[in-house]
This record gives sequence, C-alpha cells and structure tokens, in this order.
Amino acid sequence: MGTSELLWNGLAAILTLAIFSFLYRDNPFYKFAERLVAGVSAGYWTMLLYHTSFTDKVIVPIFQQNEWWYIIPSILGLMMWTRFSRKWSWLSRISLAFYIGISAGVALPISMYASIYKQLEASMVPIAFDMAGINSVLVTIGLICSLAYFFFSKEHSGLFGKVSRVGIYTLMIGFGAGFGLTVMGRISLFIDRVLFLKDYILALFGA
Amino acid sequence: MSSCIHRFFNRSAILFLVALYLIPLAHVKCFAQENNSSPSSGIITVPSISNLIDTPNDHGNSITITWKVGSYDPSFVPMGYVILRSDKADRAYDSIGFQLIGETSFVDTGNLLNGKDYYYKLRVEGTDVLSTLGGPVQASGQWFHSGKMATFVVTVLFCVTVIIVLIFARRGREFYIRPIAGINAIDDAIGRATEMGKPILYVPGLGSASEVATIAAFTIMGRVAKRTAEYRTRVIVPCYYPESMIVAQEVVKSAYLDAGRPDLYNEKEIFFLTQEQFPFTAAVNGIMLRDKPATNFFMGKFYAESLMLAETGFEAGAIQIAGTDEPIQIPFFVAACDYVLIGEELYAASAYLSRDPMQLGTLKAQDWGKAALVILLIVGIISASVFGIDFFIRILDVNVM
Repeated sequence: MGTSELLWNGLAAILTLAIFSFLYRDNPFYKFAERLVAGVSAGYWTMLLYHTSFTDKVIVPIFQQNEWWYIIPSILGLMMWTRFSRKWSWLSRISLAFYIGISAGVALPISMYASIYKQLEASMVPIAFDMAGINSVLVTIGLICSLAYFFFSKEHSGLFGKVSRVGIYTLMIGFGAGFGLTVMGRISLFIDRVLFLKDYILALFGA
Repeated sequence: MSSCIHRFFNRSAILFLVALYLIPLAHVKCFAQENNSSPSSGIITVPSISNLIDTPNDHGNSITITWKVGSYDPSFVPMGYVILRSDKADRAYDSIGFQLIGETSFVDTGNLLNGKDYYYKLRVEGTDVLSTLGGPVQASGQWFHSGKMATFVVTVLFCVTVIIVLIFARRGREFYIRPIAGINAIDDAIGRATEMGKPILYVPGLGSASEVATIAAFTIMGRVAKRTAEYRTRVIVPCYYPESMIVAQEVVKSAYLDAGRPDLYNEKEIFFLTQEQFPFTAAVNGIMLRDKPATNFFMGKFYAESLMLAETGFEAGAIQIAGTDEPIQIPFFVAACDYVLIGEELYAASAYLSRDPMQLGTLKAQDWGKAALVILLIVGIISASVFGIDFFIRILDVNVM
C-alpha cells in the first residue's frame, strides 16, 4: 500500500469508526462524519444534476443542437424558481402538476405489468400431482388469503375474517424470510467493513 | 485427298483453337456470373431482406429489418451481417450496425427521421456479397400501442367501476372501510407529542414526488399537519428530493390554512437534506437524536435505510408509525415501529382519513378489481390444470415497452 493509498484508506477507516461510534451514543465524531457525508453528497448531486440535467438537457439541445422544443420543459423548470416570490409562487404548481401527472401516467402500465400481470401469469401454473403441485396449491391459497387481507370495504369477520387472518400469517412468513435474508446481507456488509479495517491496520504496521 | 485431309485438319485446328479460346472464356463468363452472386467461394445463397417495416408501437425514428439468412459451405461460415442504409437506392450505403450470423432481425434506431424514405442492404461480413435491396421504408410514430391493450381494457373497466361507485356515493350510499390500526393511532401519537412539548418528525420516504407511495404519504402528511397546526406542535419534514420538498411545503401550508393557523406555518422546517441514501439516513438519525421528536412518521418509499431509521427512532424513545409499499422493508418497520401500514394500507389510509367519496369509491373499485383478479386466477389455474388451456395466461402477456 503506497503512502497516498495509506492516507486515503486511513481517512476511510477513521470515518468508518466515527460512524460505528453511533452504536455507543451520539457523539462529536459521529456528528462530524454525518455532516461531512451529507454535505459532500449534497454538493456532489448539485454538480451531477448541473451536468446531466442543465447542461445535457438544456444548454446542449437548445443552443448547440437547435432543438427548440426543449424550451418548453426548460420553462416548466424555470417556473419552479417562482417559489421565491410570494406573488408568483403559484406558477410552480403547474410544473409540479405536469411532472406528477406525466410520471404517474408513465408508471401506470409498467406498475400494472409488474405488479398484476406478471404476478398473475406466474401464479397461473398448471397444478400437477407431485410435490411441486402441492407447493403451487399452498402458494395459491396464501396468495388468495393475502389478497383477502387487503379488502378494505368488507368487514373482516366470520369466514372472511378467518381467511384474511390466514392471509396476514402468510404475509408474516414472507416478511420473516425477507428479514432473515436482508440481515444476512447486512452482516456481509459489516464483515466487509471489518476486513477493510483489519487490512488497513495490518498495512499500517507493515505486517 | 491430302488436301481434304489438310483442310479437315486445318478446320479442326481452327475449331480447336476457337474452342481453346471459347472454353476458358465461357468459364470466365460463367465464373463472372457466379461472382456477381457470390464472389467468395463457400456462399451458396445470399441473404435476402424478407421484411422491412416501421417498428410498431413506438414514437417513430425506428425501422425493423428482418432477413432470411444465406446458406454457406461448412468451410465458410461468416461471422455475421453488416447492415447498410441509404436514403437513396442508388447512392452509397452507410454501415449502421452488425448482427451475428444466427440473428435474423435488426432494429435501426440511429438518427432516423420520420416520414423519410430509407433503403437497406446486408453485406456478408468479410466479403463484398450483398443481399437483395430492401426499401423504401419510412419510420413513423403510433398514437396507439397495441401491446398495451390489456392495460387499456383494465384501466377503462376500473374507471367505469369507480364512476359507478362514485354515483352511488353521491346518492348518499355510505361505504364501509375496515379500521386500520396505524391510522387510528395517528391522533394519539400527535397528542403525545403535544403533551410532551416535543416536535413530530415526518419522513415522506425516498421516493420521488410522482410515486404512488409518496403521494399517499403526502395525503397522510396533510392530516398530520392539520392536527399539529391545531395543537401548535412543531412538525419537521426532511425531504430526499427537492421536488418532494416543494410538494411537502404546499401540503403543510394548505393544512395550516385549513386549520386557521397560517401564522404558525414555518417553511424552514420542511427542508431538503440530500439526494443520497445513506447521508440522508445519517442526517435524519441526527435529527432524531438531537431534536428528540416524540413521534416519528415514516410514510412512503423506503429502502435499505428503513431499519436504521426505525431503530434510531426506537432508541430515541419516540412512538413510531410507518407505512410503505416496499415488501422487503415492511419487516424492519414491523420489528421496530409501534404501528405499520402494510403495502396497500398506505394507499387506503388517504381514503380512510379523508372520507372523500371519490377516494372511497376508488377504494371500493379496487376491492372489486381484486375480487375479479382472484376469480381470474382460479379460473386460469383450473383451465390450465384440468383442460390444458393457456388462454388466460396468454392474455396477460402484455408488452409494456
């Protein structure tokens, strides 16, 4: 490890320890690391958005490629700045309405495709008389019961209440599996960080 | 006699010489004809463009070329085809792409203008052999995406259902909505913060302002802000996106106006932090530890930071109500929060809180939609398992791109 790398890794190691110190309690080291990372990321995003949005989507198309229709979204973007004026701040709502409306419209078919069609398609499997078939039946029952839990306009009592209770149990089994899987992933991240610290300490002392 | 023989031999010699000249000439001519079709030995038939169309279901500027591959000797198999394009049939052709020999189609999206004629040829890689000419063809955009028919039909059916339910609601029919524990706890949680004289933290997630979960989070935020205005309790709203911040400011401002306390509205308490996941998390954790809010709301889209936020809030002693439609993050909220809105409960919450006929009608229509899906699922499984009919599976094969 060269001197430069040693210095940068040293900074990373100190910041790692500063963040880990939060496990004890809030302290000045954590505050420093927190504000540093928040400030750096805010600055980074400002410059990134300047280059990827303002330069690439406004300056280049309008002034270099003469694609004048880019003026329309640029005006909508400028209208967001009217928030600084009490008199004209209502104009920013037009931009927001446009943005939210268009995004929701674009998201609708994709969301229906991913959340409904693909899920239904994957669930409509022919059931065979084997272990896979039993699995399919269990999954289908769990799916129907879980959907029953999300019926809001019907009281969850009687038989329907029991079905929806099976549904919430199914959901909890799924959540438990997801929880365990994610915790395993987090432990892997922790191990990676500990190994980084170990390697740094060994490099620091020339081992 | 000898002169006859001599003449015969002379004639034969001449014929022989002519033959000697003509045979190679014929051979050369024959070769030249073959050379026009396949200059490289090994090419038996040249590829031919079989279909050249404007790419369907797009905004234009795209043409799809389909071809029949040529046949080749085993000794010569080319790597692929170079796709050539020109805007005039008899002009020079530019290379615009390459496809491996197994491929039979190519989608040209390179600087095409809608409504302009284009011509295409294929060249066998490593040779000068060209395919048949394809074209002219023009690119154009379509107003209707035929691959989204199922989505269109479902959306129309859903809208019709909502309108029917809305008509019933306007005629005075009351719709039942089952209690949602997390929503019922909102007023108690705000009351707790008021009694303790501490602020409320409301995090509208890490989703953009256009995401459904974030929109639902804004609806709940309006309700929370109205209560905080009535109780004169501070509400802190850190935002992940600048545009989310603007929407959140509008929502809170409107809620304070509705509560008749616009003087209490403080724009600076609804602020943008950063657009990076873990720095945002670190900053929100800092707020929880330093401002010590009595109640934390985590509503909207959350990802890997969910447990960090909820655990820190728990450590800080706050009562916590969370809601997200991210299935992977729900268990973390379940583990560390007092109340959780699971998935669609987050969307239902806005209707539950507002009691607005329009939103209640939408919720009712959603329930009918779910019932229809359950029926479709059961019918689809039975038809596939018992009768081997995959019709219901095929109607779900929707192209959304």
